[in-house]
Amino acid sequence: MNAAGNLPTWAALLTALLVLVGAAATLIGSLGLLRLGTFYARVHAPTLGTTLGMASILAGSALFFSMLEARPVVHEILIAVFVGLTTPVTLMLLVRAALYRDRIEGSKEVPAADAAEHSIPQD
Amino acid sequence: MSGILPYPLLSLALLILWLLLNQSVSAGHIILGSVLAVLASWAMAALRPEKPRIRRPGAALRLAGMVLIDILRSNLAVGRIIVRSRQPGVNAGFLTIPLDLRDRHGLAVLSIIITSTPGTIWVNYDAAKGTLLLHVLDLVDETIWIQTIKHRYERLLMEIFE
Repeated sequence: MNAAGNLPTWAALLTALLVLVGAAATLIGSLGLLRLGTFYARVHAPTLGTTLGMASILAGSALFFSMLEARPVVHEILIAVFVGLTTPVTLMLLVRAALYRDRIEGSKEVPAADAAEHSIPQD
Repeated sequence: MSGILPYPLLSLALLILWLLLNQSVSAGHIILGSVLAVLASWAMAALRPEKPRIRRPGAALRLAGMVLIDILRSNLAVGRIIVRSRQPGVNAGFLTIPLDLRDRHGLAVLSIIITSTPGTIWVNYDAAKGTLLLHVLDLVDETIWIQTIKHRYERLLMEIFE
């Protein structure tokens, strides 16, 4: 069908395993979005997809293309670095926005802001 | 350092980035990447950011290894909660931790570590009091989380940056 037939068996099996593990981790993370109750609990779920899920799928991709082209293909490292650095920033922004709104609305679910706490950090 | 290379580590990282993007270590790409890296570090110097000092590269490597293992372990733990638990997220809660770390770069690294680890998320840092507000998915025992963050991560980060 395609060039994948040229892979040695062990590499094909390992690639399949890595991609499956990554897909499973991402699926469980997405399931968590559905099953977890509150917004703050839900924010934890997608990190499964962006850590183990991403790493495993990228490892599979690097292995597959390295074997296929008979040279090390490692630019997956860049994807890992960029996703690894940008996802936490997005999640922190979401959580802080939610916390800000909950505090404005006077929600009892979140810890109250102290009088001494400033919204703009001071040195 | 010198006028030509104000941020040697940044320039080196950008050069590696360029070579990885182009999948090539030919002389042409090394020259082009070096020129871009030096130009970018000049642009960075114009912003005059506070310069981080990495005192112990060995400790940074140890921290990176520890974080990778912890991320793998919390992936399994959070996955188990989502799949097995009848009422997932019932133990979730906020947690306040007093931090001794004051270095901005150290705090930035700590926030990335905590947030990218499944099950914990960095919510708010109070610079005046030095306290950190976290949200934890499985908050059964607060002391375990405080121990983990203070002894595993914060101590090493203080060694590296302060």
